[in-house]
Amino acid sequence: MTAQNQRVLSAAETGFEEAFAATHGKQSDGLGEARRAAMARFEATGLPHRRIEEYHYTDLKAKLRSAFALSAKAEIVAPGAVGEVETQGRLVFVNGRFDAALSNVEALAGKISVSAWAEEMGAEKAEVQAHGAAAFPRADALVDLNTAFVQGGATITVAGGEKLEKALEIVHVAKGEGASFSRIDLVVEAGADVLVLESYQGDSGAYLRNTLTTLEVGDNAKLTWVKLQEEAESATHLASATANLGKGAELSQFLLDAGSGLSRSQFAVAFNGEGSNAALRGVSLLKGDSHADITLSVDHKVPECNSREYFKAIVDDKARSVFQGQILVKPDAQKTDGQMMVQSLLLSESAEVNVKPELEIFADDVQCAHGSTTGEIDEDLLFYLRARGIPEKEARKILILAFLGEVIDELDDERVGPLLTSRISNWLHV
Amino acid sequence: MLEIKNLHAEVEGNKILRGIDLTVKPGEIHAIMGPNGSGKSTLSYILAGKEDYEITEGSITYNGEDMLELGADERAAAGMFLAFQYPIEIPGVATMTFLKTALNAQRAARGEEELSTPDFMKLVREKAADLKVTPEMLRRPLNVGFSGGEKKRAEILQMALLEPTLCILDETDSGLDIDALRIVSEGVNKLRSPERGMIVITHYQRLLDHIVPDVVHVLSKGKIVKTGGKELALELEANGYADYVGEEA
Repeated sequence: MTAQNQRVLSAAETGFEEAFAATHGKQSDGLGEARRAAMARFEATGLPHRRIEEYHYTDLKAKLRSAFALSAKAEIVAPGAVGEVETQGRLVFVNGRFDAALSNVEALAGKISVSAWAEEMGAEKAEVQAHGAAAFPRADALVDLNTAFVQGGATITVAGGEKLEKALEIVHVAKGEGASFSRIDLVVEAGADVLVLESYQGDSGAYLRNTLTTLEVGDNAKLTWVKLQEEAESATHLASATANLGKGAELSQFLLDAGSGLSRSQFAVAFNGEGSNAALRGVSLLKGDSHADITLSVDHKVPECNSREYFKAIVDDKARSVFQGQILVKPDAQKTDGQMMVQSLLLSESAEVNVKPELEIFADDVQCAHGSTTGEIDEDLLFYLRARGIPEKEARKILILAFLGEVIDELDDERVGPLLTSRISNWLHV
Repeated sequence: MLEIKNLHAEVEGNKILRGIDLTVKPGEIHAIMGPNGSGKSTLSYILAGKEDYEITEGSITYNGEDMLELGADERAAAGMFLAFQYPIEIPGVATMTFLKTALNAQRAARGEEELSTPDFMKLVREKAADLKVTPEMLRRPLNVGFSGGEKKRAEILQMALLEPTLCILDETDSGLDIDALRIVSEGVNKLRSPERGMIVITHYQRLLDHIVPDVVHVLSKGKIVKTGGKELALELEANGYADYVGEEA
C-alpha cells in the first residue's frame, strides 16, 4: 500500500485546484510561474491537518468543509468606521483588491510611498510575488495559497527617519461570499516610526480571507502594528505574517482577535540585528463555536534582543482558543530575553483552550520563561463586587475588562488604548 | 429591621450554623463574639448573600423582605453592607471607578438618579478625608498594594459612601494598630444613627471600647449561647470563652 497516493482530496482542496486551473493555470508571464510553483506545492501537501505539528489543534482540512469560489471584484460605498484614532492616510482593500477611490494616500507624499496593485498586474510584480512566498520561514500551505491566488496588495515604504504620530490605516473589507487573497509588504526604513492600524471587516457572508503580510523594520526604526480582526461571524480568516527586525529596531504588535468563526493568525518574527525588541500582544474574544488559533514563532538569531509575548483570551460557549508560541534562541543569540505569557478565562464549561509553548534554546547566557494560566472568573471577586450592589452581569464585565485591560496597559499607547478598550467593552455588552 | 430565625447552614455537609435567632432594631449595635470556628464569619457571609452555603432551615428577613430570595447585589441595594474581614484586591479596577459604579448601581436599583461625576468626586473627597484615605490610594486599583489598615479604612469609606441601613463589620479590628483602630472606629461611630443598625463581629473586647454595643451575643458552635449587655464583653475578656465552648460539647 502506498499511503501517499491514497490522499483523498477534500471539497475545499478540489475547489482551490479547480479555481486555479480555471484562472491562473494558463498564464505564461513571470507572475504566472510564481503562482504555478506555489500551487504545485499546495497540491503536493493539501490543506494542513492535525498530523502536521503546527496545525495539530487547527485541522484546516477537516474544518474547511466546502469549496470556495474566488471572490469577485466588488464595490462598496465606504468601509465601516475603524474608530476614534487620528489617521493620516488610508488604504482600502475590497475583496483583496486595492480600491483607489476609497483610499487616501496623497497626504502621505514624501513620508510614505505606496505602490498598490490589483490582480491585473503584469510581469513586473513577479519579484514582489516571489518575495512573499520566500518571506515566510517555513513551508506553509496558507502562504502557498496566498501566492497562488493573490488578488491585490500594496508595498508601503515609510521613508527613513520619518516619525509619524498619526496612524496609517489599512482597511480590508469583504463583500459577498468567496475567497479573497491579499498581500501587504511594509518597509519601515531606518530611524522611522509609524503606527499602522489594520482593520478586517465584512458583511455576513461565509467568506474566506487569506492574507500575507511582510514587515521589515529597519535599524533603529519603530513599528506599532495594531490589527483588529473583526470579520463576520461566518467568515474564515487565515492570516500569515512575518517580521524582520534590524539593529536597535522595535516592533510592538497588538492583535484584537474578535471576529470570524474560524481564524488562524500566524506570525513569524526574526531578529537580524542586535539590541532589538519585539512585543507581540493580543486579546481574543471568542464565543459561539468559533475557533481562533494564534501561532507565533520568534527567531533570535543575534545577541541582545528581547521578545515578549503576552496574550489573553476570553472563551465562552463552545469556543476554542489555540495558542502556540515558539521561541528559538540560536547559538549566537547570547543575552537574549524571551518571555511568554498566555492567560485564558473560560466562561463556559464547554469552552476549550489549548496552549503550547515551545522554547528551543541553543545559547547559554539567556533568560527565557513561559507561563500559562487558564481559569474561571474568581467567585470571591465577583461576590465582593456584588456585595457592593453591582449586579452580577455588570460585575462579570468589570472583571473581564480588568483581566484584559492588563494587556492594553502594557501596550501603553494612548493613541489606540481607548479604541481597544471600547471595542472590548462593546463586545462584552452584546 | 433584621430578623434571623432558627438559621441553619452547612457547607459540604458540615453544619456550621445550628439555629441562630437574632433581631436587630434600628439604631441598635449588636456585637457578636466567639472563639475561632464558631461560625461568626459564616453568619456575616450568609447575611451578605455569599452562595457557598446551603441554608437548610430558618429565615432571614430584612424590613419585611425575605433576604434568602435575593442575590448579594439586591441585598446591598436593600441597604445591607458587609465590611469584609479580608477586603479583596482587584487588579485592573480603579478604586474611584469601582466606588462610582457601586454607588450608581445601588441608586439605580432604588430608582434614584445617578450621581454626576463632579458631585460624586466631591462626596468621595469629603468622606475619604475623614478616614485618612489619600487621593493616591483612590487612584490605585481596588485594594491593590494597600496595607491591612488601609484596606480596612477603604472598607469603611465604602460604607460611608453607600450609606447602608444595616452595617455588618466582620472583624474590622483584625490587623489594625491602635491609631488605625481609632480612625476606623470614629468612621463607624459617625455612621451611628437612630435609623441604622449594626452588627459588629469581633474576637476582642478592645474594639467595643471604641464602638460601644447595646447588646453582646456569644456565638459558639453555630448557636448564640449567651446574650447580655456591653458588660458581657468585659466578662469574656477576663474569663475567655471556655465557659461557653464547653456547654455544647
